[in-house]
Amino acid sequence: MLFSTLRNERIRLPFFLKYYRDMGVNHFLIVDNASDDGSREYLLDQPDVSLWTTKHSYKRARFGADWLNWLQMRYGHAHWCLVVDPDEFFVYPFCDTRPIRALTDWLDASNIKSFPAMLLDMYPKGPLDAHPYREGQDPFEIAQYFDSGNYIFQRNARYGNLWVQGGPRARTFFADDPAMAPALNKIPLVKWSRDFAYVSSTHMLLPRGLNQTFDEWGGEKASGILLHAKFLDTFAAKAEEEMTRGQHYSASAEYKAYKAGLETQPDLWCKWSEKYINWRQLEILGLMSKGNWA
Amino acid sequence: MTVGFIMLCHTALWRAAQVARHWAERGCPVVIHVDQRVGIRAFDKMKADLQDMENVQFSGRHACEWGTWGIVAASQEAASLMLRTFPAVRHVYLASGSCLPLRPVEELVAYLDQRPKTDFIESVTTEDVGWTVGGLDVERFTMRFPFSWRKQRGLFDAYVWLQRKTGLQRRMPKSIVPHLGSQWWCLTRQTLSAILEHPERPQIDRYFKKVWIPDESYFQTLVRQVSSTVEGRSLTLSKFDFQGKPHIFYDDHLQLLRRSDCFVARKIWPQANKVYTSFLASQPGRQTASEPNPGKIDRLFAKAVERRTKGRPGLYMQSRMPNENWENGRTAGPYSVFCGFAELFENFEIWLSKTSGTRVHGHLFAPDRVHYAGGERVYNGALSDSAALRDYNPKSFLSSLIWNTRGERQCFQFGPDDTQKLNRFMAVDGNAQISVISGAWAVPLFHSNQNFGDIRREAARLQKIEQAYLTTLRSAFVKARVRIWSLADFVENPMEPLQTIIDELGPRQARRLTEAPRMADLTGFGQFLQNLRNQGMQPILMGDFPVGDDPASRNSRRGRPYLVK
Repeated sequence: MLFSTLRNERIRLPFFLKYYRDMGVNHFLIVDNASDDGSREYLLDQPDVSLWTTKHSYKRARFGADWLNWLQMRYGHAHWCLVVDPDEFFVYPFCDTRPIRALTDWLDASNIKSFPAMLLDMYPKGPLDAHPYREGQDPFEIAQYFDSGNYIFQRNARYGNLWVQGGPRARTFFADDPAMAPALNKIPLVKWSRDFAYVSSTHMLLPRGLNQTFDEWGGEKASGILLHAKFLDTFAAKAEEEMTRGQHYSASAEYKAYKAGLETQPDLWCKWSEKYINWRQLEILGLMSKGNWA
Repeated sequence: MTVGFIMLCHTALWRAAQVARHWAERGCPVVIHVDQRVGIRAFDKMKADLQDMENVQFSGRHACEWGTWGIVAASQEAASLMLRTFPAVRHVYLASGSCLPLRPVEELVAYLDQRPKTDFIESVTTEDVGWTVGGLDVERFTMRFPFSWRKQRGLFDAYVWLQRKTGLQRRMPKSIVPHLGSQWWCLTRQTLSAILEHPERPQIDRYFKKVWIPDESYFQTLVRQVSSTVEGRSLTLSKFDFQGKPHIFYDDHLQLLRRSDCFVARKIWPQANKVYTSFLASQPGRQTASEPNPGKIDRLFAKAVERRTKGRPGLYMQSRMPNENWENGRTAGPYSVFCGFAELFENFEIWLSKTSGTRVHGHLFAPDRVHYAGGERVYNGALSDSAALRDYNPKSFLSSLIWNTRGERQCFQFGPDDTQKLNRFMAVDGNAQISVISGAWAVPLFHSNQNFGDIRREAARLQKIEQAYLTTLRSAFVKARVRIWSLADFVENPMEPLQTIIDELGPRQARRLTEAPRMADLTGFGQFLQNLRNQGMQPILMGDFPVGDDPASRNSRRGRPYLVK
């Protein structure tokens, strides 16, 4: 089961649905926050999508988490639930040869309830608007690059999770104010129980034991990656819109920083940027791990 | 003569039925045991699926909770049924519902025909070998286990603890020498019937009913009493990970399984369609009657377990965040820290990178920005040169740098003016080689064109910081390779320490240094230190520089590279 919330993402939807259908997701449960670009109508036509529509404030619903927590409590109990945004694409070990069911069966057999996947920002070479995104296109044909080794890890004592920052956003937009750089740690795949809840987006969960997705004794637990197709030509318009709506975290401070950064320095690419090939590359670079799955 | 299969099934019955049909169609009788806890509907469906096969039988059902007697009882009953119903069977092969034959069954029959008296069963004495993966071994035989491990874990553990504390033990029947081994065996009719018709079977069964995980010990122990030829290995390829749960095979293991030459493998993921269709299709028999050779698969799974338990040294990532001293290597590879060298020698960085062939950075922890080699603004792995980002989490910065440049040794300059947050981390890191010329920070001050009052203040500040640094480097917990010289000692004889350092950097460049870097002009340095002293600032880290006795003036080759005679 896949849960998502979105607003005005019509152009992304065809590829998004195809990507996760191919992975083996059975059903999509989506909250539409007052889209006016035809997203709603498009989703209503899909046989495997259940759609909820709300006109209420994204911010008041703790950035959509409350809507999805409720849906998951209602429909996700005892299922494996994948919670992603329309610009996040889940990659797990062996995802090119094994469907997601293989992963969840293995997690079940290993008594693991939550599976982490760090957000990996993907970006194109050159200005963001050089290659416009076409509907149905693989966004990573355009945004092919990522930062391979500039991530910052620290523990969050309060919720017991790992706090990850860094990547191109910290490098270009937050180089002088790193504490404000966005969090990249996510735990999108959880064997849901009605007693669980996401605290802030999918960054952390309650009860706290679910956040223990990292090994403390030297070993590596299995983990995945969320490829983040945020930096396309659609980004500038999105940043503009989100700033005027002021519906995002910390009074949309993140989007303010982007807007300021975008006006002066639109190229996230540098000569050390890594070109994306597949999950094995990410595993060799140490961004994700197979753990003891073989 | 033929081989009969017993299959113990509890999930994915449709797959088990496919495998049973495969064997039965090739003339091997099959007895199937289905866990009591499987619903009657699923059971009936499986029965109906296999109705047309005359040599498939179903045995009486037992509840098989993991670790309890049920599995042994099921095997016993199924084995009796097999021996009774199919007199042509000479070897009985115990398999599970998630097993899959990898080689044509004719090859297995031929293999067993060549070894008509051999029992294939892993059987290890508990005294000699730690066969189990964590948990109990001998205690499986000497304790009582009235609580369910799955459902009453707390009580189970508490009761084990209590028995350990009090030393309460069960008495073992005299004839029994405990052996353990994989539960998947292949026994001859003679051996199996001897076990099933054992004169003391009621007593033995009563004892084993309360042993922990008897399916890994019942047949393994008894076979030693009745068999003449035990081949101590299982014919089933089955690998266990560090938690003792079996590894699972998927479609992408197809080639690996093909080349393993094992007869039967477990466990196969039920949805692995490619594996099932390709191995259940009729395979052309091969000429070579090779022995099973699971080496490659062993290595693959051993590596997986190692990754899970030890991880990759020096890697910090979303699913590996070791507690201090559990890192298995704080950083990914060796690196060198130089304090005071760039201050004492002109163009030290260029000289070092030429002589040693390593990557030489400037002051990575400088207050203004990160000085990467060649003045790069962004470095390997897209590391930024922002001082704010670096100081936000210096440990992530350094471990990322060393991880990103694996395979190339990194050297960098360090000094009391730099961020000092990571001093302890580096001192405790066995990968660090730290070389310090103490007091060398005074040389740039000496050459600077500042007011003496400012110089005095700055000197006092730097000396204090460096003293704290040296205290860290001299403490008992240091694991780095640390060398400390005072400025005076170093100036006296620079070649020998430099040679040592270079030798350590790269064993391949085992040649004598012919050229030292050019030293900064130290004429009047002794007087400079005396002036500081006169102003009440005691410089102590440089060593002894007598006033007027300049090292440079003592040396006739001033201003020229030092040559080794």
